[in-house]
Amino acid sequence: MEEPAIGRKARLGQALLAFGLSVLLWLLLAGSWNWEEGLAAGIAGGLVVLVSGQKLRILGGIRFSPSAPLHLLRYLGAFGLALVRANLDMARRVLSPALPLNPAVVAVQTRLQSPLGRLLLANSITLTPGTLTVDVQGDRFLIHWVDCTPGKDLAAATQAIVRTLEEPLLGFLK
Amino acid sequence: MRWIADGFLLLGAVFSFLGALGLLRMPDVYNRIQAGTKAVTLGAFCFLLGVGLLYPAWWAKLLCIAGFILLTNPIGSSTIARALYLAGVRPWQVEDRKMDLEKEHA
Repeated sequence: MEEPAIGRKARLGQALLAFGLSVLLWLLLAGSWNWEEGLAAGIAGGLVVLVSGQKLRILGGIRFSPSAPLHLLRYLGAFGLALVRANLDMARRVLSPALPLNPAVVAVQTRLQSPLGRLLLANSITLTPGTLTVDVQGDRFLIHWVDCTPGKDLAAATQAIVRTLEEPLLGFLK
Repeated sequence: MRWIADGFLLLGAVFSFLGALGLLRMPDVYNRIQAGTKAVTLGAFCFLLGVGLLYPAWWAKLLCIAGFILLTNPIGSSTIARALYLAGVRPWQVEDRKMDLEKEHA
């Protein structure tokens, strides 16, 4: 996906973010906090930033604001709830002898602009009760439903699901 | 603590089992992916939580593993589904159920 050229400041911010994340990941995996480990983490983080290069642009989707962490928590809450409900729903279907299924494929639109935001939304939809993201074409998602009750307004139902996850995501992603 | 940890490990095993059962019972590949992804993701989380309660010193590593599973599992599923969709695999419909039954009895 082609994006317009971005400023030096934004690029530096993305590099710093990637570096910080890499160092944090290294330290978490190493599980010790002495200065040798810190040095190794710094070298590894620097290498990651160097190797990633242009690919770091995906981090440009993050929206920095004071309320962003709050929205992140809200998203995690909504997502965790959806994941548990998805599993109970799936367990019920798999265990019932009649295998209640009525699959359909529906297209929905998203307001998220950035690749990172769309990636997270597509992921969340896949782990939400009864839905699977099949394809992403620009701002249109193709979603496979396990069970569409006949007579239900499927497009509206899908849009509703997307909204509940999209709302908190919009708080910290573009 | 021991009992809670064991409970989570058992829960993880149950969800993973349901995922496997879903793979066997579902009629087409899209539904199989759905059953597989969701059950295995939560199942793995339950495992990690159980292990975390048993060995609290490992929490950092377990958190990293959970993060990677959370990011990569749905991507893999969506990618497989997309490839199948582009290859022209039609999602199974309810009308197909009759045909399946006829095939079974033939």
